[in-house]
Amino acid sequence: MHIPDGFLSTEVALACAVPAAAAVGIGLRQANHTLDERRVPLLGVTAAFVFAAQMLNFPVAGGTSGHFLGAALAAILLGPWLAGLVLSVVLVVQAFVFADGGITALGANVLNMGVIGALVVGGLMVAAQRVLPNRRGVLLAVAGAGAWLAVVAGATVTAIELAISGTVPLGTVLPAMLGVHVLIGAGEAAITVAAVSAVLSTRPDVVRAFPVPQGAMA
Amino acid sequence: MKIRWFTVLALAVAVGLATAASPFASSSPDGLERVAGDNAFLEQGRLAKVQEDAPIPDYAFPGVDDPRLATGLAGFAGTLGVFAFGWGLAVVVRRRPQGAATA
Repeated sequence: MHIPDGFLSTEVALACAVPAAAAVGIGLRQANHTLDERRVPLLGVTAAFVFAAQMLNFPVAGGTSGHFLGAALAAILLGPWLAGLVLSVVLVVQAFVFADGGITALGANVLNMGVIGALVVGGLMVAAQRVLPNRRGVLLAVAGAGAWLAVVAGATVTAIELAISGTVPLGTVLPAMLGVHVLIGAGEAAITVAAVSAVLSTRPDVVRAFPVPQGAMA
Repeated sequence: MKIRWFTVLALAVAVGLATAASPFASSSPDGLERVAGDNAFLEQGRLAKVQEDAPIPDYAFPGVDDPRLATGLAGFAGTLGVFAFGWGLAVVVRRRPQGAATA
């Protein structure tokens, strides 16, 4: 879902870059003030895993592939703002080293593939914490649903940005983007649930979402 | 499991996937590329000037003829690079940087 340069108008690219930069700023502030020492390497590892998993395109319907985005997983492990920071790290490396995703479109990509999904999942986690029992199964279910929603929300916003840019009409691009990303979202959900489950089995305390893990740090 | 071992194990999984599995990933266009192709705006995409000299364009390690090997090497280098960047950033922005590297 990486937008290259040339797809978005300058105005839209700028309008995306501002909130993306603000979200990254909040992430940096959080890393500065609240990141506990044990989580420092975890930020790097999460970014590395997201980068690696994003390379593994899986086939979806008819000659199209999808890949993991990782905002949901990162939000569950680190919280939504550090997740936005992690995705920015991945997207910056992809843009400058691998020429994947545009430079002027970087803000839009950070927003679409990072910040929006992370906030969707963060919000879902807060809501789930209030109304659902604190259990492993509940966390995994919320992780799966959140991952799917994050992809669909990102695809929706991408379609809107393309439409406002005058690149393609919304009536064309929105159903097309949703049609394929509801499937890609299922892949995202499967990978996210598997990864969260693996972390819960080995080091439950590194999962930041929910107080599920006993003795977990904030 | 000690947090250090967890970190090493998780990084090993990431590097392993990026190196050994990425050469076998689907090469079909992804969702957005497909939509762009179907609706005739794919050609509007272009590389920014700085991207023309990107070190590992299109996830193919330069100077390696075998495409699978080139992708695997790109995954290996990229995953370690992203890890170093993410870790380094966290170390730098954290309030008390000393000792962070030994966590």
